[in-house]
Amino acid sequence: MFILAAEGGESGHNPIIPIGQEIVVGTIAFAVLCFVLMKFVFPRMEQTFQARVDAIEGGIKRAEAAQAEANQLLEQYRAQLAEARTDAAKIRDDARADAEGIRQDILAKAREESDRVIQAGKDQLAAERATIVRELRAEVGTIAVDLASKIVGESLADEARRKGTVDRFLSGLESTGAR
Amino acid sequence: MFGQANVLAAGQAEFPPSVEDFYLPSILPWGAHDSYWVTKFTLMIWIAVGVLIIFFLATYRNPKLVPTKKQWFAESIYGFVRNNISVDMIGHQGVRFAPYFTTLFCFVLVTNAFAIIPLFQISPNSHIAFPAILAVISYVLFNYIGIRHHGFGKYFKHALIPPAPWYILPLLIPIEAFSTFIIRPFSLAVRLFANMFAGHMLLLVFTLGGFAMLNANAWLAPVSVVSWVMTVALTLLEALVIVLQAYVFTVLSASYIQGALAEEH
Repeated sequence: MFILAAEGGESGHNPIIPIGQEIVVGTIAFAVLCFVLMKFVFPRMEQTFQARVDAIEGGIKRAEAAQAEANQLLEQYRAQLAEARTDAAKIRDDARADAEGIRQDILAKAREESDRVIQAGKDQLAAERATIVRELRAEVGTIAVDLASKIVGESLADEARRKGTVDRFLSGLESTGAR
Repeated sequence: MFGQANVLAAGQAEFPPSVEDFYLPSILPWGAHDSYWVTKFTLMIWIAVGVLIIFFLATYRNPKLVPTKKQWFAESIYGFVRNNISVDMIGHQGVRFAPYFTTLFCFVLVTNAFAIIPLFQISPNSHIAFPAILAVISYVLFNYIGIRHHGFGKYFKHALIPPAPWYILPLLIPIEAFSTFIIRPFSLAVRLFANMFAGHMLLLVFTLGGFAMLNANAWLAPVSVVSWVMTVALTLLEALVIVLQAYVFTVLSASYIQGALAEEH
């Protein structure tokens, strides 16, 4: 060191001894540099790198999401279509069943109506028949008594009053006729 | 730059060059020999800091996802230090040191580069004060990180006691202590300082040597030309050294931090 300094000349600097002022200046200058670059520049670079990664990965993710949504929509449409088909089939079945029911109703009503008409006819017929039988019975009694009195020559009017005789006869006639 | 130009213009430069050629007269007050606040060296430091701040703020004022050419350039400097030094040396934890390492790398690179930039032609790092500051920061940083990561006792145990048989430890512990806590910062500072110092000295020897020979005897002019051609060649070598030393300084700092964070030796 001393040799170097001696060779150096009158003032004699030692290159291995740092100069105090330069340490101060260097420290401040480097601190300023560190502060600015480490606070305002490099963190933003990291952010940009991250944003770039996100942009690429995000693009892939968005595409995947869109694909998934499309698949889901397709499934939904298919489900809706199937449902609509089932509904349509059900409606058709219902309509068929309704039609059948209405047909049965109408048939039943018609049958009932015809039965009713027939029954009414029968009843009327029976009533008329009963009336006629009643009238005939009275007339036949009278005619038979008249005829018998003419044949016998004497009035059977007294005996005819015993109407039971004629009636019994007629009943016997009816029962044999019915048999 | 003014100092040096003065020296050359006045024909004061003598051969052989000496240490005093590294201590130029100050700028403010002009020509003083014992004032160090405003000298060519401190001025170069401020210029380096200013250039770096302006460069990075300008290129990164409005960052885009798809970078412009300038933004890409700034990003590739950071990306280089981040991926090829921080992450390579330290692993995924290295990302958080990348901003400091990039600042360190850029600062050393630019201040070194003054060694071959015309009109400057001397690196501030040929004064040991500046490499010493950076070495002290690296030293404090790796010790602080080691202590915070492992705890005080465990860190020193980890740093000082290598996995070796007990009978060799009395020899190894002092060596480890010496190399880790004394040699490391010193070698870091001196390596950079000495490279820049020697580089400048070499250039001085060949440049001034050419003049010296020419002045001594006109017949030596062809040798002077050879000497100056050598200067050009050595300037190219110096360019390599500039980049290499910036890289080495950063890589070694990263390696010390990696050692402080490591779980085993």
